[in-house]
Amino acid sequence: MKTPSQSPGKQDNVLSALSRHATNIRRHALRMGEVQGQGYIAQALGIADVLAVAYCHALNLRPEDPEWEGRDRFLLSHGHYAIAHYAALIEAGVIPAEELETYGCDDSRLPMSGMATYTPGMEMSGGSLGLGLPIAVGVALGLRQKGNPAFVYNSMSDGELDEGSTWEAALSAAHFGLSNLITIVDINKQQADGPSHQIMGFEPLADKWTAFGWHVRRIDGNDLAAVLSAFDEARNTAEAKPRVILSDTLMGRGVPFLEEREKNHFIRVDASEWQQAIDALDATPAAGACK
Amino acid sequence: MNTTVEKKPRLTTSAMIASIAQEGQRTKPAPFGHALAKLAENRPEIVGMTADLAKYTDLHIFAKAFPDRFFQMGIAEQTLMAAAGGMAKEGFTPFATTYAVFASRRAYDFIHQVIAEESLNVKIACGLPGLTTGYGPSHQATEDIAIMRGIPGLTIIDPCDALDVEQAVTAVVAHKGPVYMRLLRGNVPLVLDEYDYRFELGKAKLLRDGHDVLIISSGIMTMRALEVAKQMSDGSADIAVLHVPTIKPLDEATIIREANRSGRLVVVAENHSTVGGLGEAVAATLLRAGVAPEFRQIALPDAFLAAGALPTLHDRYGISTASMVSAIRHWI
Ligand SMILES: Cc1ncc(C[n+]2csc(CCOP(=O)(O)OP(=O)(O)O)c2C)c(N)n1
Ligand SMILES: [Mg+2]
Repeated sequence: MKTPSQSPGKQDNVLSALSRHATNIRRHALRMGEVQGQGYIAQALGIADVLAVAYCHALNLRPEDPEWEGRDRFLLSHGHYAIAHYAALIEAGVIPAEELETYGCDDSRLPMSGMATYTPGMEMSGGSLGLGLPIAVGVALGLRQKGNPAFVYNSMSDGELDEGSTWEAALSAAHFGLSNLITIVDINKQQADGPSHQIMGFEPLADKWTAFGWHVRRIDGNDLAAVLSAFDEARNTAEAKPRVILSDTLMGRGVPFLEEREKNHFIRVDASEWQQAIDALDATPAAGACK
Repeated sequence: MNTTVEKKPRLTTSAMIASIAQEGQRTKPAPFGHALAKLAENRPEIVGMTADLAKYTDLHIFAKAFPDRFFQMGIAEQTLMAAAGGMAKEGFTPFATTYAVFASRRAYDFIHQVIAEESLNVKIACGLPGLTTGYGPSHQATEDIAIMRGIPGLTIIDPCDALDVEQAVTAVVAHKGPVYMRLLRGNVPLVLDEYDYRFELGKAKLLRDGHDVLIISSGIMTMRALEVAKQMSDGSADIAVLHVPTIKPLDEATIIREANRSGRLVVVAENHSTVGGLGEAVAATLLRAGVAPEFRQIALPDAFLAAGALPTLHDRYGISTASMVSAIRHWI
């Protein structure tokens, strides 16, 4: 599942493979959305490129052994993005694809909100925002204490920037010099009550994280080449600092009629539209492919 | 965990958009939001504050009517509560809204130390009480009342329906001091208008009388209790329903008086864990008063509840009307 590690000549191959993975992740997510007729599908389409790079390039995993001690840990702090995370776990071979039929159903291993207690490959129980980064600090400290060279990734939403716990953990990660901690913030500019800037202004973000002592990179999170290079930089920089990737994404990315739909935390998708969305996905030039 | 993939009729998991209204039930839209906006017309000291959940607590109705008196605090429940306390210190009456889980769990110290210790006039109004979402433990406020009951001087309200919500909001504004109120939002069932009922802070109300069983209940469980009483009035059991919308301070006198009427099975029904809610509050009250009826509890188990469709979960955990009927049949 992992694409070959990056070298200049192989860059195009790596990107086209990742682009196929990203499209597959979007398709898995749409098929899960269709099962329930609802879901945080616009978020999933937006973060699919980041998850493709994480799960099909950056993370050191053994899909058949999700609790392997040497694995990189990937925490989904924004539990409502579980539909996207399951799609990535399916693409990475951790969860069988047939299981997406059970998404959100009674007694499924794939509940709507991501929980470690239900799903192989889920490293934390989310749903309550602002828990991931402090957990990641502890996991990073634990790994370092054990001499385990694995990374811990924390994926979080822009809404979680509102929570005090996020900034407490940001301080402490820098204080402890946690260079094995990589945080990705999905900046989709949307929260429950409306656009993020109307809910709680958090810019200038790069300046804030820099001032907090982090190695910072801000990218277009739907530009696969940029995502790839940000992940590689985060893993390889020699700085003794925690790393953050500030990833601007477009909700609904890859399905034009959903990209254009009025932005909302929970978008409307009619029963007849799911297949249309999957078809639109296949017709859209894959993200990053023309770069 | 069951991994088999079998086709069965799909019940959707309700997430943030949960409505507890049953099909065909009479409802009223956004009773909290409308009642608050109406009261605020003559009460300039009322302000609204939320942690990115105005739409999901019906506070957006107030925000639309009084944009200058609405404060969006972001997803920061601790700051929401402490800042509401600060506003109250400056003479305002803040209504602070979020989900019950986040007020009780995330913001507890901020409520305890800032709001309650100084007895500030903050009204905390919280959506998704008890098991009213299938989204999993992160959103299921199964122990909010247990947590809040531990705070001295905090009034706790668990309303039953749209009428109860509206009247409670009025009473809460008239009351000076901190309040924690469970909210029902969206299209909220309307049932209490069929009874001779009016919400009074601190008062339990007998909604119907009966010889065999006394159900003492709060919140949506009162709605269920009335339904159970109707269904069992076919001769299976004559059931009285005592509605206790104020959990603290508890109307001990009425509870003791009703429980003391001999020969009735006493059942406490609550949309809350068996630990620390209305059931244990009533049990302690009766024991202290030396009243010892046959006593049973209908409540959620002391466990992290499952994610899934709400009707499935209500059946599984014994708080659906059908499971209440079968429990009571078994007991009498
Ligand atoms: C601690 C906490 N407070 C409130 C909520 C309710 N909530 C769920 S999703 C959401 C919006 C969050 O915005 P963001 O995380 O950016 O998600 P997006 O709208 O982009 O999907 C809120 C407020 C929560 N889950 N956890
Ligand atoms: Mg967002």
